Amino acid sequence: MHRFVLVARQAAARLCGPGGCRGGRTDMALRCAASLAAGRQPRGPRREGTVRWSSAAKASAVKINEKASREKILTLESMNPQVKAVEYAVRGPIVLKAGEIEKELRKGIKKPFTEVIKANIGDAHAMGQRPITFLRQVVALCTYPNLLDSPSFPEDAKKRARRILQGCGGNSLGSYTASQGINCIREDVASYIERRDGGVPADPDNIYLTTGASDGISAILKILISGGGKSRTGVMIPIPQYPLYSAAISELGAIQVNYYLDEENCWALNVNELRRALNEAKAYCNPKVLCIINPGNPTGQVQSRKCIEDVIHFAWEEKLFLLADEVYQDNVYSEGCQFHSFKKILYEMGPEYYNNVELASFHSTSKGYMGECGYRGGYMEVINLHPEIKGQLVKLLSVRLCPPVSGQAAMDIVVNPPVPGEESYAQFIKEKESVLNNLAKKAKLTEDMFNKIPGVHCNPLQGAMYAFPRIFIPSKAIEEAKAHKMAPDMFYCMKLLEETGICVVPGSGFGQREGTYHFRCQRLRHL
Amino acid sequence: MHRFVLVARQAAARLCGPGGCRGGRTDMALRCAASLAAGRQPRGPRREGTVRWSSAAKASAVKINEKASREKILTLESMNPQVKAVEYAVRGPIVLKAGEIEKELRKGIKKPFTEVIKANIGDAHAMGQRPITFLRQVVALCTYPNLLDSPSFPEDAKKRARRILQGCGGNSLGSYTASQGINCIREDVASYIERRDGGVPADPDNIYLTTGASDGISAILKILISGGGKSRTGVMIPIPQYPLYSAAISELGAIQVNYYLDEENCWALNVNELRRALNEAKAYCNPKVLCIINPGNPTGQVQSRKCIEDVIHFAWEEKLFLLADEVYQDNVYSEGCQFHSFKKILYEMGPEYYNNVELASFHSTSKGYMGECGYRGGYMEVINLHPEIKGQLVKLLSVRLCPPVSGQAAMDIVVNPPVPGEESYAQFIKEKESVLNNLAKKAKLTEDMFNKIPGVHCNPLQGAMYAFPRIFIPSKAIEEAKAHKMAPDMFYCMKLLEETGICVVPGSGFGQREGTYHFRLAFEMPSPGIKTIVIV
Repeated sequence: MHRFVLVARQAAARLCGPGGCRGGRTDMALRCAASLAAGRQPRGPRREGTVRWSSAAKASAVKINEKASREKILTLESMNPQVKAVEYAVRGPIVLKAGEIEKELRKGIKKPFTEVIKANIGDAHAMGQRPITFLRQVVALCTYPNLLDSPSFPEDAKKRARRILQGCGGNSLGSYTASQGINCIREDVASYIERRDGGVPADPDNIYLTTGASDGISAILKILISGGGKSRTGVMIPIPQYPLYSAAISELGAIQVNYYLDEENCWALNVNELRRALNEAKAYCNPKVLCIINPGNPTGQVQSRKCIEDVIHFAWEEKLFLLADEVYQDNVYSEGCQFHSFKKILYEMGPEYYNNVELASFHSTSKGYMGECGYRGGYMEVINLHPEIKGQLVKLLSVRLCPPVSGQAAMDIVVNPPVPGEESYAQFIKEKESVLNNLAKKAKLTEDMFNKIPGVHCNPLQGAMYAFPRIFIPSKAIEEAKAHKMAPDMFYCMKLLEETGICVVPGSGFGQREGTYHFRCQRLRHL
Repeated sequence: MHRFVLVARQAAARLCGPGGCRGGRTDMALRCAASLAAGRQPRGPRREGTVRWSSAAKASAVKINEKASREKILTLESMNPQVKAVEYAVRGPIVLKAGEIEKELRKGIKKPFTEVIKANIGDAHAMGQRPITFLRQVVALCTYPNLLDSPSFPEDAKKRARRILQGCGGNSLGSYTASQGINCIREDVASYIERRDGGVPADPDNIYLTTGASDGISAILKILISGGGKSRTGVMIPIPQYPLYSAAISELGAIQVNYYLDEENCWALNVNELRRALNEAKAYCNPKVLCIINPGNPTGQVQSRKCIEDVIHFAWEEKLFLLADEVYQDNVYSEGCQFHSFKKILYEMGPEYYNNVELASFHSTSKGYMGECGYRGGYMEVINLHPEIKGQLVKLLSVRLCPPVSGQAAMDIVVNPPVPGEESYAQFIKEKESVLNNLAKKAKLTEDMFNKIPGVHCNPLQGAMYAFPRIFIPSKAIEEAKAHKMAPDMFYCMKLLEETGICVVPGSGFGQREGTYHFRLAFEMPSPGIKTIVIV
């Protein structure tokens, strides 16, 4: 069995109090529960961590004293309160702690493990997934065009590289591009969307290349937020959500409107719940944006065609601007599940819908089978955006000049990979299938594993890259957490990290129904 | 003489009315002035442009009618008013127009020129500058590590690539990095700063890698803005300024506080003017940030040591947070001018200053001699930032996950290029000097050229990549511009674009004293091998 499965199970068992345990490894669980109940200091690493922190704080305080420095201009009190309110758990305290532990390991400090497993973020390559050769070949050719003469690169890669370079000023990746992105890449994106959506037309003018999907989501949210007091824009987001949304909403001073996904029903989205959330929100804000994440992050569910139709009808009826975060469109594993784009369904619902519903959908180089997070490539497609707003959007995007050009090139290969008959096709398809099969296997393995652990329940993992299992934390551990001024799930995840070296993100970072606890764990660890 | 010199001079002469002209090409100038005065339609391209636009607008209106679509949710009225207030001239209407003209040229429509020269932005490679080979070799090696076995790449490039890859999760550029950037690259940045500043210590923990310098500037401004009404944060910026600043200030709903650079005195920064601006601003906001661009954009001046000392003392005295935009630190051309970093001078001023003044300074891969704009690499160094604010900054940066990793790799080579004794050193130094000499030559040429054109005055171009000449627009042309509902300098630049194909940005996009007109031109021009150059 996989090391991860083993340690995760051990850790979970260790943490699981008597109430939550239905057998197995009871002695360890009891030991752990007893230790929790007695309020004993956790083991080595934590204590040392604490000592290091306070001595560092002391040193810094002394330094400040020595300096006799006056009060800072920029302090927690004087800073932008909206930025202060931002939370971003995926890279929050637990990840900082993981970094500390890694440093300690490098210094030779003994731990119950030899390396930290960062399952806090969907970072495929960091977890051992290999890049798709063809993509890297094309980007390398664009980077160093001398290689176009090298016989060790295939012709189809060279052809794409030449085409991309022709779209660049001075044929160089080092030039700025149009703020909206390189023309020929936007054309390739449009063709991809048409193929994906069975011929529904896509217009390159509606495509905006972005710095990862995040950049597009932030930009469109930024444009959408207005009003004050009760007319301040409300943004409906799923709970659990990907915390980029809550962070952007905080930063923009918008109003977050939560709708809850149905955990009992495999995290499905229910339109009645959307309606409840909307109607309640109308009392204190002007809800005009509805965000959907499909396949779900962190929940991994894949929306049915029926569900998407209901959502689109709801958005049409209630005049909501739709944001469809579809970055996991290539990550669907469960049999009987299929990815349907919001745009495709919108068009199939007829002209009343496709002429009216304002929609922005997002994709990225970071997920799928490419997993090229570091390139920060992405695109946004907008439907029914007012022509004047398109101008405003380009203006806003132009302030950041352009998305990184190597990321644009990577995006091109995501939407324009080798096709049958091309030299690189065989290797490409082999690599692609290997990654996707591997991900599918791990989804099943992860789901099964969690459901075998006492006190843990995991819904079927239909898509995306995460598991978001529910954990049943015994009441004594909850009290213990409260004594440490930590949310119970944060306490659980900190323990898991300290005892097993596995770094996962507490459910509170994504949102969860009150009284329930979860964590998000990426399931990419290379087999 | 360079083709550009010729056409620019002709165009300027053409546009120059009798009042502004002191001889030369008078007939053309008169012809142009007469045409302006008579309110005649400009030549071909413009009319066609107008026709195309209105027919496009008609088509779109018809489409909307056909659709019988209801009112949009997101409109100019309902959108974020702060975003609506943002202006960004460097990529504004004149650049859109240039794009239209390029399309027309491709369709075979005849113009008085065969290509558009985009001098609106400092985009070195687009203007024909070649990338520095070593930088591209390292990034290519990182991109496709199979090349590490290739004998056609030098060992010093491989060594750097291996080191960068070791800093990446799974040894891949495709992994996310820490929000602050890859550790070993931040270490290289710190060493670079220490070398640059004659040993003043730099701490990698104070270095944040960014998505171009813009990302760092936006992030730090975002954190700094607070308060409402009269206690809303005021941000002091030079006029003329790089419009990223005014755009970010609009977007954040902060208060822009202008201090004017002294055009009569080679665009120098004068502390009395800073004080005037600050004191006036205190009546309506809480000015707590002072932005400096050195070398200047768009003005090209290089600040003296004395000037920087004065500014730092002023910031200390008035408790202002300093932002030093130093992306042109490698672009200093005039003899007797030298780049001094704010941080170095801060340290030389003694502990009362270096323990107190809060400073963020910015650098980038886009300028200097590398000119790698497309990689969106950059860094920010912070001094005296409150430890809690460092946490807030990392949190804020973490929402955008990380800067593009190939841009981080490019940044590494900017701060850690080949050194004497390394295999690639000779070629590197040759390429670097060729670029910098070329830029220095063009700076001089551009300055001289502008000062020969009647009705144009250009200050010495000491650094950076731009000229920001003053243009004296005759009153009739100003009226004509008003009739077209255009700022006079926008009108001038539109004419220049339509008649010569040269795309420059009107001074109003950067700010200028009322009643004066300028434009910004990036003086990096097409190089011999690629573009036609007419030697006269």
